[in-house]
Amino acid sequence: MTTLMADWASQGGAVEQGTVAALRERYGLDQPIYIQYYKWIAGIVTAGDFGLSFEYGRPVAELIWGRLGYSFLLAVLTLCFAWAVAIPIGILSAVRQYSIGDYVTTFLAFVFLALPNFVLALAVMYVVSTYFGKSVGGLFSPEYADAPWSFGRLWDLITHIWLPVVVIGTGSLAALLRIMRANLLDELRKPYVTTARAKGLSELKLLIRYPVRIALNPLISAIGWILPAAVSAEILVSVVMSLPTTGPLLLRALLSQDMYLAGSLILLVSVLTIIGTLISDILLALADPRIRLQ
Amino acid sequence: MSASAETILKVENLKTYFPTRKGMFRAVDDVSFEVKRGKTLCIVGESGSGKSVTARSVLQIVDAPGRIEGGSIQLTRPDGSITDLAQLNPRGQEIRAVRGNEIAMIFQEPMSSLSPVHRVGDQIAEVLKLHFKLSRKERRQRVIELLQQVEIPDPEKAIDRYTFEFSGGMRQRVMIAMALACNPALLIADEPTTALDVTTQAEILDLIRKLQQQNGMAVMFITHDMGVVAEIADEVLVMFRGKVKETGSVEKIFHDPEDEYTKNLISSVVKLEKKAEVRAEQLDASTEYKPLLEVSDLSMVFDNGHHAVNNVSLTVHSGETLGIVGESGSGKTTIGRCLLRIYDPSSGRIDFKRSDGSVCEVAGANKADLKAVRREIRMIFQDPVGSLNPRKTVGQIIAEPLNLMGVKGRELEEQVCALMEQVGLPPSWRERYPHAFSGGQRQRIGIARAISVKPRLIIADEATSALDVSLRSQMLDLMMQLQDELGLSYLFISHDMSVIRYMCDRVAVMHRGKIVETGETHQVINNPQHAYTQALLSAIPNPDPLDRRLHNRFRFAPEVTA
Repeated sequence: MTTLMADWASQGGAVEQGTVAALRERYGLDQPIYIQYYKWIAGIVTAGDFGLSFEYGRPVAELIWGRLGYSFLLAVLTLCFAWAVAIPIGILSAVRQYSIGDYVTTFLAFVFLALPNFVLALAVMYVVSTYFGKSVGGLFSPEYADAPWSFGRLWDLITHIWLPVVVIGTGSLAALLRIMRANLLDELRKPYVTTARAKGLSELKLLIRYPVRIALNPLISAIGWILPAAVSAEILVSVVMSLPTTGPLLLRALLSQDMYLAGSLILLVSVLTIIGTLISDILLALADPRIRLQ
Repeated sequence: MSASAETILKVENLKTYFPTRKGMFRAVDDVSFEVKRGKTLCIVGESGSGKSVTARSVLQIVDAPGRIEGGSIQLTRPDGSITDLAQLNPRGQEIRAVRGNEIAMIFQEPMSSLSPVHRVGDQIAEVLKLHFKLSRKERRQRVIELLQQVEIPDPEKAIDRYTFEFSGGMRQRVMIAMALACNPALLIADEPTTALDVTTQAEILDLIRKLQQQNGMAVMFITHDMGVVAEIADEVLVMFRGKVKETGSVEKIFHDPEDEYTKNLISSVVKLEKKAEVRAEQLDASTEYKPLLEVSDLSMVFDNGHHAVNNVSLTVHSGETLGIVGESGSGKTTIGRCLLRIYDPSSGRIDFKRSDGSVCEVAGANKADLKAVRREIRMIFQDPVGSLNPRKTVGQIIAEPLNLMGVKGRELEEQVCALMEQVGLPPSWRERYPHAFSGGQRQRIGIARAISVKPRLIIADEATSALDVSLRSQMLDLMMQLQDELGLSYLFISHDMSVIRYMCDRVAVMHRGKIVETGETHQVINNPQHAYTQALLSAIPNPDPLDRRLHNRFRFAPEVTA
């Protein structure tokens, strides 16, 4: 608050004394930090009031909602992408252990694990814009950016969103792939696989129905940590790719010490994480009777 | 090469090899045998003899990188046509039509051989779905029938349960139901009772025999237990390191063995059928016993309310071996752990007489006393693989308790060497890691570690259960030799009556957390008083095919459940 006051003052003292006093009164800004915190949380819980962004001079809730939707969409799509690609490749990599394909995917997985997303983002943007001549910043082309929803706008979103999804997802994808491979390798050696084979099942059916089915369980619990990982990766990537998500907003809020905006964003990200963990726990219980019944 | 009408399976010169870095490992090397309709062929051998691989070769389900390199496996169908299974593509349609349908298989580990995330009914129904055209409803009906056939109580409910909701014996019954689903002509059973208690084993053997008679199927039974062989076999095939040592009728193998290896195998089993000679002699010399460990009214209730040990009292005298025998879940291991305070007992006293003559109450001892007592009471564990740290050399493992006592440097080295010699391991091997040792050798390492600090009482928890028969008697002999040399007492926990009889002076029989009978070993064995002891004794397979005990065994009525 003090920094902000100093800022405002230095900008020409255009702040009316009354506004400041009203702010102080409303958020208890002259009181100790725990009372400020209590007032803020109480406001959120009772009235959905996330406070006021000092930087933008608008309520935080108003600023966030639009962007949070895109953030969430991006996180979910990233998760789906990572799962959809990691599982089949992980299965192939495990079933053909020590084949050329396995070595190649292992190598690539480690490269993508080690590569920071924003570097990948820069590289991909460069390649796409130079060689394919497409607009790569943001989630929309300029002509659709502020247009109302239509099929054209949706299609525009689809043509744009795959790039950030791929960029944010590759890290998680590589991690999931390694987990899937390791799990499946463990499961493939279990005696119940031999039992299933002795029944006369074909190899493909057997693979899907028994070891893969069981190897998926740890992957379900991975949702809990993939979601926050995707969100934090998204912050950096969306700054680089200038996406209309919460990432750039959070960065700016932190730089300008916009307390309520930054706090609310971090709070919402934390809530998302907890919800993600809860969902993964529920899914895991549905998928695995050992967890459900013991 | 015409097989008689009675022959279902004729295996000739079967060779299954595993390519390794060091060259070809010949797991099955030139094995031939025949299985006849309605008869039981037992393939017997120690671990690593290739008996399991032989069985798996028949169905072409040998684990990679194993391959059938040569020979033929001829399956005769009821219509007289003959197929050579060895020529079929292991992933092909033809061999898959045989698996589970004409030849079915059951495995050793009922826990891990069934999928934990599928309902048992679905797992059984899957075989039916593969090989028969039945509607969903008919399948369910047939599965319930099968569960009834293998004597699983309440089949309508059991069909929708998961495997982890069943006990080991029940799981094995599910396996059998699955194998029998398509009325196979041949059942291959790969150590189906090894992981089970003796009483459960007797039940399962009974069941297999009954179903065999009903369906007229042939059984190929793989086991390392000569007692089981004598109980069920018509024909026996003895294997050693991938080769057939001897084959013949069960009477011939047991009473007139020709091969040297077979003779050894039989004699090591028969040896365990009576008291060890060293101990038999001592029986006459009346030794005066002084109590070393007195346990009174010990109870252990776990947090989930399970009463594992219920008011148990027992005494171990100095220099004697007390056996605790019982099925899994009877609480015998829990007692052993309570004595060392690995678990804190819920109530009761444990009085241990220290070497300085003072008596220490272990159940309520403080940290310092406990540390001192743990030096005098040591433990040997069942699993010789899991109980040794794989990242330490054998020398370091044996030295660890000495280290804790403050022995250092040259003296430590010398003591470790002496200990290794004492348990029959060359001291020059002390720089090696546990994985370089065989199961028997690892158990010797465990023993060396236990005796390193000169304890007075050793708790041996199923110390020989994981070993082959021939190693088992060696290990027991070693333990008795050390007992005489060092004046040790043993608390010997086992489910195996023959081991108890061989080794123990007195025995306590445990059932469901209680001791039902205590006495001199020969009295308990020759004249058991409690009905449970009688049932337990009569469930032990007798290694004599002319006197099959299991046929008319005594069942402990209210609680004998598999």
